[in-house]
Amino acid sequence: MDGEELTEQETALYDRQIRVWGAGAQRRLSKAHILVCGITGTIAEFCKNIVLAGVGSLTLVDDRAVTEEALSANFLIPSDENVCAGKTLTELCRDSLKDFNPMVRVSVEKGDLSSFGAEFYSKFDVVVVSCCSFTTKKLINEKCRKLSKRVAFYTVDCRDSCGEIFVDLQHHKYSKQKREETIECELHYPSFEESISIPWKALPRKFSKLYFAMRVIERFEEVEQRKPGELSIADLPAVVKLKKELCVAQSLNESHIPNVLLERLVTDTREFPPVCPIIGGILGQEVIKAISGKGDPLKNFFFFDAMDGKGIIEDVSGKP
Amino acid sequence: MASLKHLPAVKGAKVLMVGAGGIGCELLKTLALSGFQDIHIIDMDTIEVSNLNRQFLFRQSHVGQSKAKVAREAVLKFRPHISITPYHANVKDSDFNVDFFKQFNVVLNGLDNLDARRHVNRLCLAADVPLIESGTTGFLGQVTVHVKGRTECYECQPKPAPKTYPVCTITSTPSKFVHCIVWAKELLFAKLFGDKNQANDLNVRSSDGASSSKQAEDVFEHRKDEDIEQYGRRIYDHVFGYNIEVALSNEETWKNRNRPKPIYSSEFMPNDLSQQNGSMEKNGAANDISSVSAMASLGMKNPQDVWSLKENSRVFLEALKLFFLKREKEIGNLTFDKDDQLAVEFVTAAANIRAASFGIPLHSLFEAKGIAGNIVHAVATTNAIIAGLIVIEAIKVLKNDTKNYRMTYCLEHPTRKMLLMPVEPFEPNRSCYVCSETPLSLEINTHHAKLRDFVEKIVKAMLGMSLPLIMHGSALLYEIGDDLDEEMVANYAANLDKVLSELPTPVTSGTMLTIEDLQQELSCQINIKHREEFDEEKEPDGMVLSGWTQAPSVVKDDKESIANAGSTSNEPSVEAEKNDEIEIPPEKKRKLSEISEAVYPDLSSVDGDTRNPDKLQVLDDDDELMIFDNWDSVTDKKIRMQ
Ligand SMILES: [Zn+2]
Repeated sequence: MDGEELTEQETALYDRQIRVWGAGAQRRLSKAHILVCGITGTIAEFCKNIVLAGVGSLTLVDDRAVTEEALSANFLIPSDENVCAGKTLTELCRDSLKDFNPMVRVSVEKGDLSSFGAEFYSKFDVVVVSCCSFTTKKLINEKCRKLSKRVAFYTVDCRDSCGEIFVDLQHHKYSKQKREETIECELHYPSFEESISIPWKALPRKFSKLYFAMRVIERFEEVEQRKPGELSIADLPAVVKLKKELCVAQSLNESHIPNVLLERLVTDTREFPPVCPIIGGILGQEVIKAISGKGDPLKNFFFFDAMDGKGIIEDVSGKP
Repeated sequence: MASLKHLPAVKGAKVLMVGAGGIGCELLKTLALSGFQDIHIIDMDTIEVSNLNRQFLFRQSHVGQSKAKVAREAVLKFRPHISITPYHANVKDSDFNVDFFKQFNVVLNGLDNLDARRHVNRLCLAADVPLIESGTTGFLGQVTVHVKGRTECYECQPKPAPKTYPVCTITSTPSKFVHCIVWAKELLFAKLFGDKNQANDLNVRSSDGASSSKQAEDVFEHRKDEDIEQYGRRIYDHVFGYNIEVALSNEETWKNRNRPKPIYSSEFMPNDLSQQNGSMEKNGAANDISSVSAMASLGMKNPQDVWSLKENSRVFLEALKLFFLKREKEIGNLTFDKDDQLAVEFVTAAANIRAASFGIPLHSLFEAKGIAGNIVHAVATTNAIIAGLIVIEAIKVLKNDTKNYRMTYCLEHPTRKMLLMPVEPFEPNRSCYVCSETPLSLEINTHHAKLRDFVEKIVKAMLGMSLPLIMHGSALLYEIGDDLDEEMVANYAANLDKVLSELPTPVTSGTMLTIEDLQQELSCQINIKHREEFDEEKEPDGMVLSGWTQAPSVVKDDKESIANAGSTSNEPSVEAEKNDEIEIPPEKKRKLSEISEAVYPDLSSVDGDTRNPDKLQVLDDDDELMIFDNWDSVTDKKIRMQ
């Protein structure tokens, strides 16, 4: 497939990025099919990035209607009511994204995520899941893993000014430049379930607090059967209680999950707008690396907190 | 930091964005989503096709229009009730004076060149408005905060000089493709199509230099009635054949080098000229200059292809011919421009033929264009990340959350697990002539150096002033401005040609000069010290400015040197693509072997801003010490990582 040449139009449009990742990577991008489930401000940023990068196709899944919350950090939804009338959230995003790059096919798929079968997922090279439950994440991840082809799987969540990305590339072969040489590398990834089942005490002493905090919130929503982000300050005592239980069970010192952090995560479940381009940018870069097979991909969690400004990679695979 | 808590500070804020390019588009969108309601944006540029892969507010149909204005329209579509004021103008225009800057709570830079950055830095200092600087290249980026008196200003750290090459490497002994590009662009292209009065080292110096160069001078003239094809082949044979033969006659040069091979057009082209012609008809409407292309008329399509020597020779002759047939009026006034297709074709072909002669691998037009135009790598994701980080810092500045200001590096390879690495800002450099009042000191031969040398080399090039005024006590020696009367203009012109010690108010050892730029409201003092001798090799300017550290420039083995200049600028700084500048993050950390191998792209082509981390110590949460190499700082600095 590397034999096919980029068209003149593609070379002109993608000039600056071909200078970063080369014509071969650009060709692979143009043949990649991406599925995105759950539209958020961060996902809008991610979609913009990969549409501009020139992927082959992008499919959007999210049956929610346009709400004020959906609008808050999403620049893909025009404010003109005449334009919006009768369209769903995904349809509006699709229309804006198509406009960014006419060479990318952007489409909308309706239906419930968990009801899609393996055949559906096999159409894609990359699956990105946002704002869905712990159970759904695990389910889709497993469906992707059972396919004969490798489908790269990502989850992304932003709350308050914090963000988390999880990556499962299964077995990933890639090349990287080291000085003048090109080195072939290989990485093995655990699934989402395998990863989060690793006992907390087995993790390095100095570890991102957000990792633990996100697991507490995730568990809380699961147990209480809440939708992702359906939390308020009133839940804090129960969340703190759950944290204590988990820390005891996992033999982790409670100081690793500060209550102030949990308070931020339950109080302000909306995305803090400037964090969206940061998480959506990192995710975009990672997906481009996974498709192009160029450069070290992150393994396997990424955390950002605007409070301290650090963007940290954590390896939660049991093999540090 | 919670999203609603910052709203009052953001809603009442008036912000100025400088630059509506790669970072600018992302920034304007993110500011609007974050609740900013009064945004002013300056950009002098218009939209180009190669912007569309990342400057997502622009469409194909906007090509040629003002970036600032189109960006505004695009953002109003999803945030119609905010105020965005666009200026399709140069930030250095006098309208944007200190009073203009004073109306803003914070200034956010997404600029592409050192010159404009220095200018904005000075205006922000003069207006006492906080500045947030940013830059990206490829996957690397950075955001820094500059608040007068609290953190370092943009110019507290020295900026590197643009990369230059010794003249003899370019004219006689190229060893890299970039040397051939510089030769093709700065010498051959300039000689054939540029200003004839410019000094040009195109002809190699043979052992009997004087006579042959006189004779060679005429070679480049297109003689009256000379067939254009014939002329092209004459030029070809002269520069790739004869000149190489002359160079080969200097046996000394080739003792330890591979001897180049002279190339003549007859090797590839039959002497019957009619066969080699491209089809002019393929060039479409004769009047549309931008569509004139040697590749098009030769039926070559893919800019990624590496042409054979024969193909390069055909492109060379075809491009030269097209310049004379289709663009004759411009000849004599042309400077290389990376967006000029025919110029890029000519330079690519010429550089490749020269490369073939010297046994250097040939390159595609795509690659050659990148090198010749100093095109900086750019992707959407890095710009988006940087824009997010700028807004986070802007909100801190508006909330006056001073202790949490950070400069942040966006890295390609993780450093201590971090892809986004925040660092506490530096304190102002007390010997910075821009933000402190420390006088500079200049060693100069006051009996030989003319005021003109001082103005060009020191005031303009090093101090970066565009409208300077030079005073000796109360006596005005020189100024540039629109409102001068004829007598003053004549006086100043006369002064320029006088040596310093013979000025109406003589400048001698011990003189304190005051240099001001009224637009930048920058004033600095220079203490003059007379010095008789200068080392031609190490001090080619014949003057040494101290009191502020200039970045180490490239070692020269020749007193003259040639820069691979920016595509549209004659200034010494290298023009980078919009918003695509970066300082190299502290990269070589002795304690962290696994990162020290991180491969950073060669940023030397990026104008301005490369940091040289030397002896920079970073303290981690665990008080783990890290030492950076090569940080060119006055004192060792300690940074606490947060
Ligand atoms: Zn300073």
